[in-house]
Parts: sequence; structure tokens; C-alpha cells
Amino acid sequence: MRFWISLLVILGLAGIAAGVMKNEYYFFAGYVVLQFVVLATAWNLLGGYAGYVNFGTAAFFGLGAYIAVLLIKAFQAPLLVQILAAAAVGAALGLGVGVLTLRLRGIFFSIATVAVTIIVETVIINWRYVGGATGVQILRPQSTWPFESYIEMLFFVALVLAMVAVIIARYIQTSWIGRGLRAIRDNEEAAECSGVPTLKLKLAACVISGALMSAAGAPLAMYQSFVEPVSAFSLNYSVSALAMPIIGGTSHWIGPVLGAVLLGTVQQVVTVTISSELNVLVVGVLLVVFVVAAPEGIVGLARRIFRK
Amino acid sequence: MVFSLDLLAEAVLFGILVGCFYAAVSIGLSVAFGLLDVPHIAHPAFMVLGAYGTYLLGRYGVDPILSGLLLAPLFFLLGVAMYRFYYETFEKRGTDAGVRGLAFFFGIAFIIEIGLVLAFGVDQRMVEAAYIGKSMSLGEIRIPLRLVVAFGTALLLTFFLSLYLSKTFTGRAIKAVAQDEPALRLMGANPVRIKQWAFGIATAVAAIAGAMLIIVGPVEPAMDRVYIGRTFCVVVLAGLGSMSGTLVAGLILGIAESIVLTMFGASWAPAVAFGLLLLVLGVRPQGLFGR
Amino acid sequence: MKRLLAVFVAMLVSSVAFAQQGPIKIGMSMPQTGGLAGGGKAALVALRMWVEDVNAKGGLLGRKVELIAYDDQSSAANTPGIYTKLIDVDKVDLLIAPYATVPTAPIMPLVKQRGLLLMGNFSFQVNATVKHDMWFNNAPWSDAPSWFAGFFEAGQKLGAKTVAVLAEDQEFAQNLRKGAMALIEKHKLKVVYEQNYPSSTVDFSTMIRAIRAAKPDIVFVASYPNGSVAIVRAVNEIGVGSSVKIFGGGMVGLQFTPIMESVGSSLNGIVNYNTYVPGMKYPGIEEYFARYAKKAVEEKVDPLGYYITPYNYAIGQMLEQAIKATKSLDHRKIADYLRKNEMKTIVGPIRYGPDGEWANPRVVQAQFRGIVDKNVEQFKQPGKQVVIGPQQFKTGEVVAPFEKARGK
Repeated sequence: MRFWISLLVILGLAGIAAGVMKNEYYFFAGYVVLQFVVLATAWNLLGGYAGYVNFGTAAFFGLGAYIAVLLIKAFQAPLLVQILAAAAVGAALGLGVGVLTLRLRGIFFSIATVAVTIIVETVIINWRYVGGATGVQILRPQSTWPFESYIEMLFFVALVLAMVAVIIARYIQTSWIGRGLRAIRDNEEAAECSGVPTLKLKLAACVISGALMSAAGAPLAMYQSFVEPVSAFSLNYSVSALAMPIIGGTSHWIGPVLGAVLLGTVQQVVTVTISSELNVLVVGVLLVVFVVAAPEGIVGLARRIFRK
Repeated sequence: MVFSLDLLAEAVLFGILVGCFYAAVSIGLSVAFGLLDVPHIAHPAFMVLGAYGTYLLGRYGVDPILSGLLLAPLFFLLGVAMYRFYYETFEKRGTDAGVRGLAFFFGIAFIIEIGLVLAFGVDQRMVEAAYIGKSMSLGEIRIPLRLVVAFGTALLLTFFLSLYLSKTFTGRAIKAVAQDEPALRLMGANPVRIKQWAFGIATAVAAIAGAMLIIVGPVEPAMDRVYIGRTFCVVVLAGLGSMSGTLVAGLILGIAESIVLTMFGASWAPAVAFGLLLLVLGVRPQGLFGR
Repeated sequence: MKRLLAVFVAMLVSSVAFAQQGPIKIGMSMPQTGGLAGGGKAALVALRMWVEDVNAKGGLLGRKVELIAYDDQSSAANTPGIYTKLIDVDKVDLLIAPYATVPTAPIMPLVKQRGLLLMGNFSFQVNATVKHDMWFNNAPWSDAPSWFAGFFEAGQKLGAKTVAVLAEDQEFAQNLRKGAMALIEKHKLKVVYEQNYPSSTVDFSTMIRAIRAAKPDIVFVASYPNGSVAIVRAVNEIGVGSSVKIFGGGMVGLQFTPIMESVGSSLNGIVNYNTYVPGMKYPGIEEYFARYAKKAVEEKVDPLGYYITPYNYAIGQMLEQAIKATKSLDHRKIADYLRKNEMKTIVGPIRYGPDGEWANPRVVQAQFRGIVDKNVEQFKQPGKQVVIGPQQFKTGEVVAPFEKARGK
């Protein structure tokens, strides 16, 4: 019950902020943070709960953006359609990737996901209709009431997406799916032997994770007004989607949220005040620090403190 | 697109030259990952680091190959330190460490890449040498000397490393530690020290590979990303633990890339290495010569 | 005494007004690193020169001018974020586009949507799809026929029938390629090789070999600096074949002095576009180059600054004239002024067409001749780049075939 009330409160606060804040840049930056909440939460379904480290977040994210581009160019489709279509394609890619690679152990799975990213990127680069390597300019439609600007609306869309992702993650974590995934992470062979349908569960996690990541990518087209493959499929997305849950804590749904909000905000502040390189360095350094010193993430640290 | 037998023959020739270079680049990973089972996804990043080191020395007029050899001992120590840290933090603690170890090396690769951007900027860097810019003629075909130099260095490197691993005690111990660690311990050798040594060698080789990289063409900090695909493709195609397989796998990749480049165009080339990798993983995950 | 007091009060009031109003902020991103940095760094020096000059004369509308410039690293991915920041965080009064088409393309929808004036900076046809009506490009070309003046004609005069097309896969090169294809069709030439390469390509040996195998009469290349240099080196290493009569056309970067110096004699024979070659006369331009050269040495940028810097200085001059005439910073008023009037700049008079490009283009195609290695001074002399078109600037005919012109 507390969970649902807090969601409503957040929605309300965001609404007030939208009315009060006149500077569009807050929504511009806030969108990015929320986008990472979705990506981190989605990543954690497979990476944190099941223990399969996916390095191909960028593949799904970029694909989502390009599905949006395709729909905009072909049908002038509205944003909701773009997001749903992207989610569907993301789910399909998740299924395909899962079927092909989930039999591989540890590092091979991870390398295979990097391979998928490059291959999807190469296919897009060779697809002239969506702009190829050159990229494509997108003209945003005018914004609709009650939002003053399109960016404000995108901010709210991202907020809703983030909430959907968190609701899904929470459900999975507390349900039999989550228990099954944890069993897989701890010892896959033992789980198989005890009758856990490991392949089905892993595929389910892949599909849901993929759908969410692609859904997060779809609004990028409207957000940036310009999409090109190198930045849409950038490895930075994959590393961030991995670093944020590790920093926040992979065992609980709130870990990725914490990691994304914290790291995302730091990144935005650094970009505005110092440089955009440094913000990528921040991700790398924090990732290494947490992986080495605090593998349970902030959630783990909090647990240890509160147990005392 | 003009498609002729001559063009194809030239493509194969260039593929052989470049493929040997890929083999040399991957051989360090073959040791680190193939033999030692360390998920060293940062290996290409160390190679790029070596390339920049060569560039720095090149500003003082040092020949690139010499720079590579000078940097090798430095990188050896770096490799030893890195492995030590990795061992203490991850390997000692068990299987879950595999996932975190991977994340760790990814983080390291990122830090190296961004460090290079902060230090040198995103501009491409090159070196000058007598053999860069000229070419030799083989009948109708003109072959750039820089590729020949890289090819020659790569062959020598592969040859000497294979020799080392099969003839010397430490070398054989490195191969043994991959196959049967308890037996090695019984023979009086300390496996951790052996692995450290091996990792050091792998990183030293990365330095020389870096020198070759900047001879072959200009470098920029983000180059490690495309080489992750190439090196892992070669190592997996060869089969984990096979040194001679690395050379064959490198040649296969080089030729495949060259043919795709010639027949389909440059925009498909990045997918060749990764595509081949996925194919191998799907069809024959133990590679060509794997154990 | 009273007069002194009055003067003092006036000074106080005006300085307070000066201070209270704050400076006029002009914001932009400029490639300081990455492939376009060779031009970007020099261009920024020229813009800062203009800011200094204008402030020395008392500023604009009684206020100092301040230039805020970020480094976009020659990347299209960075500019939307940077320009959003300039508009919403730095709250600049005026915007100048980054140097070159690729970093500029992403921000066109942004400025159109927010109704802002954008001063273009050497991009090619970047406004073609967006059709923003407050866009004014400083580059002396307008469309493809203006860019290629003389290139394909010279080829045809030498009996050329076939063309090989090598274009980088990015906005500029693709825009140029499309324009070139229209001209190729018009001249009834046959395309025997066509390749679009990714911007990250460093090795062109395969493509040059394939071009040679296709035996084209003309080779048209549209590339950015990294690619241009690599292509020239590959041609030097492998050779492009004896059939080629004309090589070049749209290679960016072969106008930057540091690149010209480092590539040296490999430039010989290449026919390429340029905006200024020694010998062309514009009012005040030689004096400008003399002043620029001093600053360039200090800032360690392109020492001659022929290609792009005077045009960046001209952006400043155009803004100055428009602001002084309309006495406002309102983007719509400035845009109307720029559209209707002819501006006087150090690169000659500029008048705009309805698409925001020059109504009277002045870009040339020139062939490199007699270039030697490691010599910067030679580029100050006329005759090292022989202009083959358009007619009004022509100084000579093309030397063909290409391999002969290279002295090989």
C-alpha cells in the first residue's frame, strides 16, 4: 500500500514542479535521469536477479529509438504508438537473443550481447530510409495541454515509463518468477535439478528486459530531434545500465532506481559544469570502486548499517 | 561494384597481412582468457594505451617498433599488478566473482579510454617512420610497407611466444596451470605466481601490439571497442588455449573482413568479426582447435 | 565645475547602465578537438578577434559582447545538448552554428522549433529539409552546381565518360554526393564505382584498389579531414590508375594549412574546392590576414587561416551591421534585415537568397601544382593552387592525367 501511495506522491510532486519551474533545462536533464531509471531497472531483471550480465543494453535502446524514427517517417505515428511498437520489437529481439545465447556461460553471454549491439548498429547504418550513418532530423509536433512544452511532456512520459518499470520489477522480485531467477543466479544446475523451468524464466526475463529497454529508447527521437547510429547505440548506455544497478544494489528493485538517480544526477551536473567526458569517467570509476569494495551496492551498505 | 578475380586475389592477400596482425593482437588475450580464464575485456584497451605510449615516444623520434619493445617491460609490470589485484579481489572469493570480474574489467577499459581522451583528446594520432607511407610492388599489386612491417612483427611475436610456452619451464607451467592446477602445485610451482607472470606477458604483448596498431594506421581512444570484437572472435574461433590456432583464426578473420570490405563495402566490415563470433559460439563453441 | 559634475554623473550613469545591462552573449559550439578541429580552432580565433574589435569600438547597443564557445568534439551527438544548455542555462542572446554540416544538422529542428536565429558556419545544404527561415550561412557556396563550378566541365573537355564516387557516410558528404549525382546525370557520365564509407574508416587501401580496378576517368571524393588525409595517403601508397583524369572535388581538410603542410607533395594534381586562394582580392582581406597571422602564432592554430577564418570574422561583421541597423537583439528583426540587405564584409558583399544561402556564390575549384614537402610559405604564393573554375576566377587549365600531374 505504501508503495502505491509513494508513486502517487511522486507523480503529484512532478506535476507541481512542472507548473512552477520555468527553466526547460530541468526537464531536459530530468528526462535523461528517468530514462536511466528504466534502463537500469530493466537491466537488473536479467543481470541482478538472474545473474546474466547483459552488455547489450545499447542494442535494445538504439533499436527502440530507430523503431520510433521508422514510425515517424512512415506514418507520423504518435508517441504512444512509437513506445508500444518499440517495446514489442524489443521483446522480440530479447527473445531472439535469449534463444541464441542463454545457453552460453558467463563471459560468452556477455560478449555475445556486445556482438548483438554491433550487428544491430551495422544493420541500421546500412538502412538509408532511417538515415543510415548520416542520421535523421526529426521535427517535433507542437505540445498539447496541459504541458507547456514538448520536453515537459516527454519528461512526464519518462516518469510514467519509470514507474511502469519499477512496478514490473517489484512484481517480479516478490513473485515466484523472482524466486526462480534467484535460484538460477545462485546455482543454475541445482535449480534445474529441483524442477525450476530455467530456460523459460531466463527467456521471460530477457523478453521483459528487452521490451522495457526499447520502450526507453523510443522517445529519444523526439527528445533529441536528431538520431544517428553511433550515439544511439553507444556503449555508454550499456555501461551505465550496468553500473547503476551495481552501485545501487542488484538484489532489490530499489537498487537500480537509487543508482540511476544518483549517478544520472551526478552525470548531468558534471556535464553542465565541467565537461561531458568527465561524466563518463565518473561512471567508470564508480563502477570499479563499487564492484571492488561494495559489491552489494548502496542497498547492501544500507542493510549492513541498519542491522547494527 | 566491379568484381574481378584480380581484385579478389588482392583482397585475400591484404586479408592475410591484416589477419596476422589480428592474430598478434589477440595472442595476449589468448593467454589471459584462453589459458587463465580471466575475463579480460580490457585487453584491447591496454593495446590502445600501448599505441599512445608509442605515439608519445614517437614525438621524441623513437621508432615505433623500438617503442613497443621499450614499453613491453613496463606493461609487464602493469599486467602483474593488475592480475594480483584481480586475484585478491575476485578469484579468491568464488564463482559469483566471475560476473563482477567482468564488470570490473569493463570499468577498467572505460577508464583507460576516457583517460586517453582527457590526456590526448579525441583526435586521431599517427607516427612517422621510414616505412610508413611507402609501398612495395609485387607485380601489378602495390602493398603498403606498413602492413608488411606489422605482418612481419606479428609473425615473429607469435613464433617467439609459442616457443616460449612450449620450451621453457615457466612457459610450460603456464600451459599446465590452465589444464591441471593441483598437479602443478604438487610439482612445486606456485600457481598464483605463474598466472601473474602469464598475465604480465599478455599485457607486455599488448604493448607491442599497440605499437603495431599505430604503425598500421592512425589511432583514437575509442578504438578498443571495435577490437574487443576482433580479439574475442579470434580467441574463440581458435579455441581456448590454442596458440597456433590463434594464427589460423586471425588469418580467417582477416581474409573474411577483407573480402566483405571489397565486395559489400566498408559499412558492413564492423559486423564481420562479431558476426563470425556469434556464428562460432552458436555452431562450434569450442573453436577450431580447442580443448 | 557644474560641467565636470555633469560629465561625471553621465559617466556614472552610463557605466551603471553598461554594468546593469550586462554583456550581449553570443553562444556557439565549435570543434576544438576531433576531425574538424583544424578548421574549428582557427575559426574561433577569428571570431574572438571580431569580438575584441567590436568591444574596442564600444560594443553593440552600448553593451560589451561576450562569446561563449564550447567544444563539440566535431560530433553530431554533442550539439543538441550543448545548444539546449546555451539557450536554457547560459541564456545567450544570439546563436552561431558550429563549424561544418555534421555538427550543425542536429540543431536545425531545435532552432526552428524555438524560433531562434542561427548564423550558419560553413555547412552545405543543411537547411534543405528543415527550411528554417532564420538561417544565414556564411559559406560562399549555395547548391551543388555552385560548388562544382568547372569540375565536371573540365573532365568532359578531356573526354571523360566514367565517374567513380567515394563519399563519407555523413550529412555533408551525402548532401554533396546527391548534388554531384544530379550533375553527373546532366553531363551524361556513367558511374562505374560508388561507395559510401563510415566516418570511422582509417584504411582506404581496399577502396582505392577497387577504384583502380574500375578504371574511371573522374574520381569524385566527398570527405571530412580524417578521411581526406587517409585517402590522399592511400592514393600515394597504392596509386589510383592511369585512366584517372581528374581526382577530388569535395575533400574537406585539404584547405587547412597544417594538413596541407603535412601531406605536402601528395597534394599535387588533386582538384579540390576552396574559398580563398592567394590572388583573390577582397576589400580589407590582406590586412585581416596580417592581423590574424599574429594571433594564430600566439594561439598555435592554422598560421595562414585562408579557408575559413575570414568567413567567421564576416559572421561577426554581419551581426554587427544588422544589430546596429535594427537597434535591437530581436531575432525576427535581425533576420529580416539580413534577408533584405547586402552586407559589406572582408570577404566581399554578401546577399542572401530565400533559403539562407548566398545569392551570388564565390567558391572555386583549384588544382594543386608544384607543392613540395614541409613548406608552409609556399601556400602564400599564387600559382600553387590553379583555379579551373568558375570563369570569373579562372587562372589556368587542368593538367591531366592525374598521375602525370602528380609527377609520378
